[in-house]
Amino acid sequence: MEKYEAVIGLEVHAQLLTDSKIFATSSTAAGKEPNTLTDPVTLGLPGCLPVLNKRAVDFAIKLGLATNCEIQRVSVFARKHYFYPDLPKGYQISQYDKPLCTRGGIDIRVGGQKKHIGITRIHLEEDAGKNIHSDAAAVSLVDLNRAGVPLVEIVSEPDMRTAQEAGAYMRQLRQILRYLGICDGNMEEGSLRCDANVSVRPAGEAKLGTKVEIKNLNSFRFVEKALDYEISRQTALLDQAKEIVQETRLWDDQKGATRSMRSKEYAEDYRYFPDPDLLPLVVGHDWVEKTREGLPELPHQVFLRFKQMYGLDDYYAELLTEEKITAHYYDQAVAIHHSPASIANWITTELFGRLNKEGLDMSRCPVSPENLAALVTLIDEDVISGKIAKTVFDEMFQTGASPKAIVEARKLKQISDPAVIIELIDEIIKNNPKQVEEYRQGKTKMLGFFVGQVMKETEGKANPALVNSLLEERLKGPVAKYSPCCE
Amino acid sequence: MALTEDDVRHVAKLSALECSDEEIPALRATLAEILDYVHRLASVNTEGIEPTSHVHGVVNAFRDDIIKDSLPLEEVAGNAPDFAAGSFRVPRII
Repeated sequence: MEKYEAVIGLEVHAQLLTDSKIFATSSTAAGKEPNTLTDPVTLGLPGCLPVLNKRAVDFAIKLGLATNCEIQRVSVFARKHYFYPDLPKGYQISQYDKPLCTRGGIDIRVGGQKKHIGITRIHLEEDAGKNIHSDAAAVSLVDLNRAGVPLVEIVSEPDMRTAQEAGAYMRQLRQILRYLGICDGNMEEGSLRCDANVSVRPAGEAKLGTKVEIKNLNSFRFVEKALDYEISRQTALLDQAKEIVQETRLWDDQKGATRSMRSKEYAEDYRYFPDPDLLPLVVGHDWVEKTREGLPELPHQVFLRFKQMYGLDDYYAELLTEEKITAHYYDQAVAIHHSPASIANWITTELFGRLNKEGLDMSRCPVSPENLAALVTLIDEDVISGKIAKTVFDEMFQTGASPKAIVEARKLKQISDPAVIIELIDEIIKNNPKQVEEYRQGKTKMLGFFVGQVMKETEGKANPALVNSLLEERLKGPVAKYSPCCE
Repeated sequence: MALTEDDVRHVAKLSALECSDEEIPALRATLAEILDYVHRLASVNTEGIEPTSHVHGVVNAFRDDIIKDSLPLEEVAGNAPDFAAGSFRVPRII
């Protein structure tokens, strides 16, 4: 048993894919010229009032239901006060003691084991603007385009024990957000962000150790690396009987270490109070149930269905359900040609490999599910061999053409006529007496040589199974001239 | 609840206000008076009464998710003490 145990909880912020901001009418678009997506509410000008975007609430309810939370009938927006130039009002509108969603959780899979991670709460809030620091001048520049973009903050229970579990939880959340279509999950661009709370305690100890918060972990890799680093840092301090300071730390990927940012401000310091500009949010039973009915099939449900319906193992089921668009693609292809194992294999090896190589994702996949199903049909019906299929696939990927058209145009149809193959074999046997002799003296490896010769003559189009069995038969004894009429 | 001079310094820091040591005792005394005054509310019996977060008694004001024109950049810049190259300029914060 390990000497220490880490206790990890994550706070995840996800930008919601609404068109306009949470309390204002400006667009939420990314990548626009600085300060061109603002309005009096976003700028915090006096005399204007925030009005809640109903779609942002819809999205948060969806997430709450998808993560098994209770949707609170009454929730309240509160002001969280702090001073920073990217926060024009001097407070962020958030939810405090009455969040929209509470007491949920999701299951993660780590090393084949299932584990439940509790979700304490999910609340709605607004994003802040962006500060740009120039090295050249003694100023910082503020862009408020992002200010007021709707966020959900998802707070987990301290249920994770390893960096790997935290990474799995984060991936699972991203997958749910993307299946729901409420967040694009792009960590690099900041539409999904993560802060981690981590403490270490002696194994078996009930009391929690001193908590350290790690900010701005903007990739799955950083989440895992930063937590691994922090767990060993805290473990070393405990071993030396040194004190762990409650503080906020930043992950520095170049150094591969966390560094202290500031000592932790306490919750009271934010001076939360209910925002008098906003009315309480009341979500009735009908709203919740209507949203529940409209939920799409969720990742873990598709995962189970793929295993049950198609007999896939965990490995394939996981790969094919990682993205909703891939799961849908697979469903479509298998519906056309019921060869689940073979289609799963083609998608996860050839298709993924090729997409990866070209830097494309599934949304820009040039091979339609219909065409992939048609390709596997051609293989299953022995029209083409698996090897030729790769050539056909290559052309499908480049041109988007149907496999049937390619096979016809390039005359790639498999040769499955025994008479044609035997004629070739006999010719080859005649021309390679030395190799035939070796084979007959027991060097059965030589079979590969003959298969190669047949494939060379047929440009790979000969049916491999047929070639093998006919070769074995013809190589056995002295060759008689093949004449079908004599049989 | 006795308000200490340290409380005053702490609140001043959170509010980004500069207070000299000489000002602190007077601020502590006046702030304490205000707090004591407000604290009289605590004597009201609120047993069984839901906390009020809004006085109107109405709920749910929504807008649809519709984009409207943004404020022109000149007007955005108009209220800013320092604005250049499309951005608000503030003293360097990092």
